[in-house]
Amino acid sequence: MLRTEGLAKTFTLHLRGGMQLPVLSGIDLAVSTGECVVLSGPSGAGKSTLMRSLYGNYRAEAGHIWIRHHGEMIDIAAAEPRIVLAVRRETLGYVSQFLRVVPRVSTLDIVADELITRGVAQDEARDRAGALLLRLNIPRRLHSIPPATFSGGEQQRVNLARGFIAAHPILLLDEPTASLDADNRAVVIAMVNEAKARGTAIVAICHDAEVRDAIADRLFPLSPTQEAA
Amino acid sequence: MTLLRARGLSLRFKAIRALDDVAVDLWPGEVLAIVGESGSGKTTLLNVLSGRMAPDAGTVWYTDPEGQEHDVHAMPAPALRTLHRSDWGFVHQDPRQNLRMNVSAGGNVGERLMARGARNYGDIRAEAIDWLTQVEIDANRVDDLPRTFSGGMLQRLQIARTLVTHPRLVFMDEPTGGLDVSVQARLLDLIRTLVARLGIAAVLVTHDIAVARLLAHRIAVMQRGRVVETGLTDQVLDDPQHAYTQLLVSSVLQA
Repeated sequence: MLRTEGLAKTFTLHLRGGMQLPVLSGIDLAVSTGECVVLSGPSGAGKSTLMRSLYGNYRAEAGHIWIRHHGEMIDIAAAEPRIVLAVRRETLGYVSQFLRVVPRVSTLDIVADELITRGVAQDEARDRAGALLLRLNIPRRLHSIPPATFSGGEQQRVNLARGFIAAHPILLLDEPTASLDADNRAVVIAMVNEAKARGTAIVAICHDAEVRDAIADRLFPLSPTQEAA
Repeated sequence: MTLLRARGLSLRFKAIRALDDVAVDLWPGEVLAIVGESGSGKTTLLNVLSGRMAPDAGTVWYTDPEGQEHDVHAMPAPALRTLHRSDWGFVHQDPRQNLRMNVSAGGNVGERLMARGARNYGDIRAEAIDWLTQVEIDANRVDDLPRTFSGGMLQRLQIARTLVTHPRLVFMDEPTGGLDVSVQARLLDLIRTLVARLGIAAVLVTHDIAVARLLAHRIAVMQRGRVVETGLTDQVLDDPQHAYTQLLVSSVLQA
């Protein structure tokens, strides 16, 4: 479903006199249908950088990121923007750590929009969004409110609902349970395992050992790259 | 096939290079933001792309609904005017440039429909009211003159006037410039929703990176008349490659 070959990423900081920060090099990661691979390693090892590169949010500097999109392998590292957008819409989902709030849009619509842009009728989209939010313990009285004023945990659950609702064949999860209590962690573990049972390929970053043990089929260790001179 | 395609655009204002070998591709349904500081050539590029200003060199091609490409700057003036009244729309920073201030709000919207050949008064009025509602202007203001409207309302009226004919391509020059932040948020959400629902392609000039992030699929960063970086909006903003883009992104105040 997803495979990287010799993926490398170095940040060049022009505002710091062109300082080079090598973060990833020679990454070969492969994830199959129904498999959950958890990226492991200390802070600064490049877990989030790898995740963002897989999504095309960071530009890979070398190597390939092959994604199976409608049966065809597409290299996210080289694809044109509109192809990357199509892959994100139909194949590759991403749950970031933080919700980027769109002003004025209600919680229900934020989640339902994910289905509407994929051609689901508005009523059905709103019904399914409402049901998923309830499952994540976001009570119905909050559905009509924009999530800007929600707590960190509530925002993360809105973000999870938004990420899971479209049932992408590949999902990237960046700390999906970081600010959740035990009950909600259990809901997320169940959702991840259901997605795996459907055949979803998952790459996750997850510091919580309990959640990691419950979802991971395999760990993919990363270690900090040596500083270049 | 691209909707709009430009190659080698150059334009000098005396010693100033306003455009220096600029290339642009815009695909149907795509929103492209042109960002950069004042004087970087953003608005000049918008004016050249929309045929309002001729370049010294380079070509802009527009693909019509039949798949035929037209050289925008070689078109006869009447054909270009027709294009601006039908397939295209232009949203100015100052809505007064586009609106007729001595004609009612409904008239401002209905006029675009009449220019396209609509003749039934009842239909035109009904559609004008429908569009005023879509841009969140109360239907009972339909007969009021625009000069009784606030800045935010004028901008929304301009958007209704522009979108009523369902253009395929809209040019926007700082559509939220000069508005209060709360009014801006409402307008941005409105533009975002309407553009997505109608599948409109847009070229949006803005100096506000947050506006670009919210509305655009793709970004082109301009500095001194050149496009120095282009790519997916979130990629350019989260992982800027060019020194100038890094400066631009790091200079934004976090609210």
